[in-house]
Amino acid sequence: MILAFDAGNTLVWIVWIVAAFACLGSGIAVVSFTNPFFSALALIGNLGALAVLYLLLSAEFVAAAQVLVYAGAVMVMFLFVIAYLGGRADAPWAGGPSWQQVGAVAAAGAILVEIVVAIGLKAGGRLAHQQHVLSSFGSPHAIGRLFLTDHLLAFEITSIVLLVAAIGGVILGSHSRKLAGEKAL
Amino acid sequence: MTLGILGPEVSWYLAVAAFLFATGALGVLLRRSPLIVLLSLEIMLNGANLALIAFARHQGNGAGQIFALAVMAVAASEVVVGLGLIVAISRRNLDLDVDKLRTLRG
Repeated sequence: MILAFDAGNTLVWIVWIVAAFACLGSGIAVVSFTNPFFSALALIGNLGALAVLYLLLSAEFVAAAQVLVYAGAVMVMFLFVIAYLGGRADAPWAGGPSWQQVGAVAAAGAILVEIVVAIGLKAGGRLAHQQHVLSSFGSPHAIGRLFLTDHLLAFEITSIVLLVAAIGGVILGSHSRKLAGEKAL
Repeated sequence: MTLGILGPEVSWYLAVAAFLFATGALGVLLRRSPLIVLLSLEIMLNGANLALIAFARHQGNGAGQIFALAVMAVAASEVVVGLGLIVAISRRNLDLDVDKLRTLRG
């Protein structure tokens, strides 16, 4: 690896450090807030910081889709449901006996160690030398070409998954509305 | 025009991805509110997405980004069904507490 301490490299490092710490901090905030409303707001910050990291990895289209789909549509849906539920959305912070909570923390730590060890063992030596890519890498043009040629099946299956989810949402909603109507009578 | 490496190597991104995934797993295992469990699940999916995109950049292959977009669509579907279930549970005046939802019967 060539160590180039030019201005561009330093700038990218600074942006990366800010985005990575914002990402990790807001992730911890999502898990630790008592109020789900603040958790959802922290997740929006997390998604924005992740979009910056995607841009640094030259994934422009994914970053744009992340901001539009996640931070836009999905989180608005979350905030609407949290507002609809109101005070009932608040649950006790953590439940169960204390051994369960200790076990949860231990399991999460074990997952972290497992991921680090697995990546380090399988790919540790090869991560240093990175491929050079064309400047069109990750652009909407390149992504669209991949989606409609090599990965057409994945594209079509994605549309079926979304359709099934939409039908499921409608069925769940209509059932609970019928139930609420019966209770009112 | 080709782009080389600017800023940190891929392994730094992977470290962030691993931490995100573990944070999300902690939330899923520890918290009781199903809403926060869903939010923590989103963090786990985003950790996986970051790893996919970092590996796509490392290999110079766009397939990882396609996979990340598919994961995004699956996450949106999961949120629709999950929030639908939460609204249905609250319409039945059940407690929104994952420890109290023990049976699958209505």
